[in-house]
Amino acid sequence: MKTKSVPGKFGIYGGRYVPETLVPALEELEKSYMKLKKDKNFQKELSYLLKNFAGRPTELYFAANFTKKLNGPKIFLKREDLLHSGAHKINNTLGQALIAVKMGKTRIIAETGAGQHGVATAIACAVFGLKSEIYMGAKDVERQQLNVFRMEIMNSVVHAVESGSKTLKDAINEALRDWIANVNDTHYLIGSVMGPHPFPTMVRDFQSVIGKEIKKQMYVLTKGLPDAVIACVGGGSNAIGTFHPFIEYKDVKLIGVEAGGKGVNTEYHAATISKGRTGIFHGMQSYFLQDNNGQIREAHSISAGLDYPGIGPEHAHLHDTKRAFYPRVTDKEAIKGFLELSKTEGIIPALESSHAIAYLMKNANDFKKDDNVVITVSGRGDKDLQIIQKFIKETSFS
Amino acid sequence: MKEKINKVISKFSDLRKNNEKALITYVVAGYPDIDTSRLIIENLIEHGADIVEVGIPFSDPMADGPIIQKAFAHALEKNVTPDDCLKMINLIKSKYSQVPILVMTYSNIIFSRKDAKFLKTAVSCGVDGLIVPDLTFEEAENYLKVAEDLNLATVFLAAPNTDSKRLAKITSISTGFVYMVSVYGITGSRNQFEKYTFDSIRRTLTTTSKLGKPLAVGFGISSAQDAAKMIEAGADGIIIGSSLTKIVSDFSDDKSQMLKSLGAFIEQMKRVCKITN
Repeated sequence: MKTKSVPGKFGIYGGRYVPETLVPALEELEKSYMKLKKDKNFQKELSYLLKNFAGRPTELYFAANFTKKLNGPKIFLKREDLLHSGAHKINNTLGQALIAVKMGKTRIIAETGAGQHGVATAIACAVFGLKSEIYMGAKDVERQQLNVFRMEIMNSVVHAVESGSKTLKDAINEALRDWIANVNDTHYLIGSVMGPHPFPTMVRDFQSVIGKEIKKQMYVLTKGLPDAVIACVGGGSNAIGTFHPFIEYKDVKLIGVEAGGKGVNTEYHAATISKGRTGIFHGMQSYFLQDNNGQIREAHSISAGLDYPGIGPEHAHLHDTKRAFYPRVTDKEAIKGFLELSKTEGIIPALESSHAIAYLMKNANDFKKDDNVVITVSGRGDKDLQIIQKFIKETSFS
Repeated sequence: MKEKINKVISKFSDLRKNNEKALITYVVAGYPDIDTSRLIIENLIEHGADIVEVGIPFSDPMADGPIIQKAFAHALEKNVTPDDCLKMINLIKSKYSQVPILVMTYSNIIFSRKDAKFLKTAVSCGVDGLIVPDLTFEEAENYLKVAEDLNLATVFLAAPNTDSKRLAKITSISTGFVYMVSVYGITGSRNQFEKYTFDSIRRTLTTTSKLGKPLAVGFGISSAQDAAKMIEAGADGIIIGSSLTKIVSDFSDDKSQMLKSLGAFIEQMKRVCKITN
């Protein structure tokens, strides 16, 4: 493929659209990362932590009950929910925190939506003894008190962001502003495959451990590659981590499920690929939800982790080249997926991951019975129980 | 690259002939409303502004501090569009054709519409140049081509940590002036500037003056004393933004007092720009 010729570009997407003050920091980060990527000691240190601290590799579990229930393809679950902290985010935070240490940075900042990336950042910073400050939209702080408390217990300072829509995109704005002011001693630990180069590439590399393990484990279980891999997409880090090792195998279908919220014909969704258009935001060129004038719109999803009006640039490129497919699933469908997996398998998935599960529930007939399909369960659903409880009460849904 | 003379660069050379520094004022279009922002700009011109920067509101201004963030949010709540802002510039230009007007806004406002539509409309409304704080030269290739075709002055930003190699590139592609960001940080006033600010102005000047480009300093200049220090360090111009926006916000219920205060403030700044060496 001719598309990777410029570092940081995925076709026309990606790049580095930032105030000049940040350029030296991004160049330094790119250089350090390229060097450390090939450094055996760095890889050893990271592998040690991923194995002994975070709990890798995670299981690839054949979901026999769920398979029987859907009467479709054979379903395998990649259990990122079993990781320490309860989600895939820690694959990235441990990697970036270790890079920050090697670069001599003493302070970490991060954004968080529901708090999953914030918690994973707090954990990584506790491991390395780094100062950490987490930006979180004021609305999210209110909705996710328990996660705020988790971060604080691990010695992170949480800033409630009162600007703009007071949610994830504003938390990112505020983290970028902090970084501009403190660029010399601070590393901005971005939580998804987004932002200016090298973040989309670096975060993808850290998350690709998911897909690499799937590939090996599938070989052991089925002696072949999966026919499809499915993951939910907000910014898109667990999805790109799942997809990446399979991109070169054209027969493996890559399915990234976006949050359809209350429906893509309402204003309340986060279906960036379906309903957004090309633009430049948060340091990158990609697809964004925006109005005709280029003002960024607010996203909506019942799962805070998908509640972002953009998507990582590599996904934008995989979409344009038709290598990956980006359908969407509504809030209600996601909740059905959440409940169904809990009932049939005794696994309570994160609401984010439930989008991927719901997609297969809706489309099981698109697959042959002997197809092997992997769903990445990016996180566990304990954090979502209150939301589910409220939803069931309000809608008499079950 | 041969450069056509644009209004921005000729303004700097006129001022230099009179031994003056450029007073550049930044105003948020549509704050508190479109008509008032037009009156504000005309008032600033009457009181001595040499060059005007018009901020076109964007939903997520990552390089801006709370004052400009609030002004943007306010304008967007009132549904101010980029076209409204350009039309306003057109009106000002019909009265003050000799005053260079630059648009300052974020990449998405300019590039999310196809075929350089924004830039073409801007030029037809009399805009002389553009400042895009989240556009680095690596990503500017197409933009530079269109800007050259349209004879739009380009202004790129340099920061205290910009190395000399990047600075040379930034200077060579800036056809209007180089915008020196005075501090590590976002827009808005500072209590005090540290030594590094003046060191970086002096360092940046060695490149910009060698390449014959003016250097204007902005971010956080809120008093005549601040401005005088920048000029003493060698700046060819000073840019005032958040402190003007703050006056607009402080007097939002009393338009005549607002205009008076802005006028008095700008006259003070103008005096500093006239006393050189």
